[in-house]
Amino acid sequence: MALLEVNNLGISFGGLRAVNEFHLKIEKGCLYGLIGPNGAGKTTVFNLLTGVYKPDEGVILLDGEKMIGKKTIEINKAGIARTFQNIRLFNDLSVKDNVKVGLHNHFKYSALEGIFRLPKYFKMEKAMDERAMELLSVFDLDKEADTLASNLPYGKQRKLEITRALATEPKLLLLDEPAAGMNPNETQELMETIRLIRDKFDMTILLIEHDMKLVSGICEELTVLNFGEVLAEGKASDVLNNPEVIKAYIGE
Amino acid sequence: MKNMKKMNKMTRDNLITYLMVFVLFLVMQILVSSGNVSSLLQGLLVPLCAYIILAVSLNLTVGILGELSLGHAGFMCVGAFTSAFFSKCMVNTIPIAGVRYFLALLIGAAAAGICGILVGIPVLRLKGDYLAIVTLAFGEIIKNIMNILFIGRDSAGFHFSTTDARALGLLEDGEIIINGPQGITGTPKDSTFAVGVILIFVTLFIVLNLIHSRSGRAIMSIRDNRIAAESVGINITKYKLMAFSVSAALAGVAGVIYAHNLANLMAQPKNFGYNMSIMILVFVVLGGIGNIRGSVIAAIILTLLPELLRGLNDYRMLIYAVVFIAMMLFNWSPKAIAWREKYAAKLKRGKKKEV
Amino acid sequence: MSFISYLINGISLGSVYAIIALGYTMVYGIAKMLNFAHGDVIMIGAYVVMTAVTGMGLPPAAAILIAVIFCTVLGIVIESVAYRPLLNAASSLAVLITAIGVSYLLQNIALLVFGANTISFPNVLSIPALSLAGGELTITGEAFITIVSCIVIMIALTLFIHKSKAGQAMLAVSEDKGAAQLMGINVNGTIALTFAIGSALAAIAGVLLCSAYPTLTPYTGAMPGIKAFVAAVFGGIGSIPGAFIGGLLLGIIEVFGKAYISSQMADAIVFGVLILILIVKPTGILGKNIQEKV
Repeated sequence: MALLEVNNLGISFGGLRAVNEFHLKIEKGCLYGLIGPNGAGKTTVFNLLTGVYKPDEGVILLDGEKMIGKKTIEINKAGIARTFQNIRLFNDLSVKDNVKVGLHNHFKYSALEGIFRLPKYFKMEKAMDERAMELLSVFDLDKEADTLASNLPYGKQRKLEITRALATEPKLLLLDEPAAGMNPNETQELMETIRLIRDKFDMTILLIEHDMKLVSGICEELTVLNFGEVLAEGKASDVLNNPEVIKAYIGE
Repeated sequence: MKNMKKMNKMTRDNLITYLMVFVLFLVMQILVSSGNVSSLLQGLLVPLCAYIILAVSLNLTVGILGELSLGHAGFMCVGAFTSAFFSKCMVNTIPIAGVRYFLALLIGAAAAGICGILVGIPVLRLKGDYLAIVTLAFGEIIKNIMNILFIGRDSAGFHFSTTDARALGLLEDGEIIINGPQGITGTPKDSTFAVGVILIFVTLFIVLNLIHSRSGRAIMSIRDNRIAAESVGINITKYKLMAFSVSAALAGVAGVIYAHNLANLMAQPKNFGYNMSIMILVFVVLGGIGNIRGSVIAAIILTLLPELLRGLNDYRMLIYAVVFIAMMLFNWSPKAIAWREKYAAKLKRGKKKEV
Repeated sequence: MSFISYLINGISLGSVYAIIALGYTMVYGIAKMLNFAHGDVIMIGAYVVMTAVTGMGLPPAAAILIAVIFCTVLGIVIESVAYRPLLNAASSLAVLITAIGVSYLLQNIALLVFGANTISFPNVLSIPALSLAGGELTITGEAFITIVSCIVIMIALTLFIHKSKAGQAMLAVSEDKGAAQLMGINVNGTIALTFAIGSALAAIAGVLLCSAYPTLTPYTGAMPGIKAFVAAVFGGIGSIPGAFIGGLLLGIIEVFGKAYISSQMADAIVFGVLILILIVKPTGILGKNIQEKV
């Protein structure tokens, strides 16, 4: 059984068909790319997968479990985490606290235990600190643990957002244009990071990307979206050589 | 090792705040006992404690949760009236002032906290500045209700009315407890400066510890980016409601202090109306949004400032207003901030040259 | 007949709220700030009229004109000195709090100049009462003028915004400040113009308000100011027809609440209805719903 299975997904915004009969099948451990021209509906698909938008119709199954009708936080608890096209960090919290918010549902103690500093507070905070530092060190962010998130350079903010998403221990990680605004060196580093995530965390990753170098470099399978519909899908090399796809990207 | 350092910095910050309040308390006590404080200023000490608690609790809503509330005085009003009602009824039943006051505190805080939940449940689901408007409305409604509420008690039990005291139809042994616009007269004056300061400590303890905990991080994550918080599984409504109801309950505590310091508790615009809510908000913003210690300092300065300016008589409030606007411009205008930073950098360089 | 006369009273009071609410809503639409000193500009306008009529013996029309000019200038000064430096501040609360400071300032200036005593406002709108339905129904001259002024102002303002270049600039600035600037619109000038119009309207509202309730203290403007803010929220803040509808509704609810439910509970009723409306329709009656893009 595939980890993520999407069928016949569709949504309209005031008469505009943004996504139509969308389908997707991602096997566990796969690095999957979702590409397509601007305005094709890629981010809308992400928003449908994470419950930000409610689809008009369709089925989303994660590990066989129905995701449609669940709220964003329930979907996160079920195992889908994401990053955003325009970075969304908790700017006035430290880098470590950003990750600790991600750990929120895995290290629990009540508000009263926190206010009265009961033993469980110290135990859980210590465990959270250790886990957060462990995650941060994977991404070389451990030296900046006490920096305010907003003070990080751009590339590190992207990494922190990924770290925070991973802290929620997802089964599936959605990355929305992780290389946007990066220079070639940073993109190169990011590719290595994404591979590292897949190998080290045994993660399944679905990413939206425009940078063709990144897509062809790391994605094993691809789905091409055009005008809200699936134009092509399959092995990355096959899809990228598909004349339809080339036409959609470059024009006639 | 680094973790320890961070931990220390956090606790050190909190300790400074506690210590500051304690030193201020000592200084005031010494000044009072040596007779160096005017009776007017002495009369301000207990209300000052209430204002500090209000400012700290409102900062939890405005600075930590990131929602604007314009009706904080309404929650204070609820705490004041419920607790004064309780104390007046129980004055003979529970003769030990300490026990009675403790119960009054619990009742005042609980009543205000419940109002916070009632206001918060429908409103906090909405996005935007609705909390500001609804809390403003709530504050005015509470004030209005307190002005038309008459409650009396006699051997037959409690009597209610919304018209006047006579409509209560009390027996001869009856007494009026809440007398409409005249409010509650004869609440035991159990609040003292020392009790007020202890309650400031309790408030600081609750708020600071809440902020530096799992729940506090969740609350601040909503403030910083609601959509991202949702995406990592933070229950928005739960934590918004938690912050807001704790904030309301603490405002209720301030109300208890305030009510038990007055011979005659009335719900007037100046003590429980919109003006009061705004004054507390002013403390929070001038002290620094999200800066708990700043709220304490701003509440102290702004409460004492008009008294210190008293020598200027008629011009007192005018000067207060001008100073106020100037402080806001100096603190918040981007140009003023840039100028300050430039100046600070110059000073630093100058010092380095000297070395 | 009493129902209809209550209704007329409500519309008349609502017209005053609507005129004040226009000032709130326009400033909010353009500068995205709640100008809490707006109510106090009303009070200043009323004092100016009173001084001009009682103190200098000017005819009412001249007095009103002076008040309008005075408040317009006042509005521009307040905006440029106290608000403009803070429009790009890190927290949007900063300018709101400064507005509260300005409100204190205006009240205390009035307190110093005119004292805390209640002053009776001169009769400047001397128009005989209209008698309808064979004398069973009378509309006071003040009510009549108030309603007519409100309608005239609404029409004039709508025309100004949709037909004039300056009005179009206002719409553009309220939509997107940055884009408007790139299109060559003088953003600061447009904001100042908005304050000028809002303050001029406040002066007129002051005259109408004090003619209907002829007492004047430095705090006269505070409560109508808050109520008008509520009216603006009622109708959907930022929307001009919304302010009109919200103002009228608020006035009618208040008068009916006083007449049929409880005169002391009128404020609680008004604010209670506000909460209900916001829970049912969070953006107000005519407000636009803007969804944050993810």
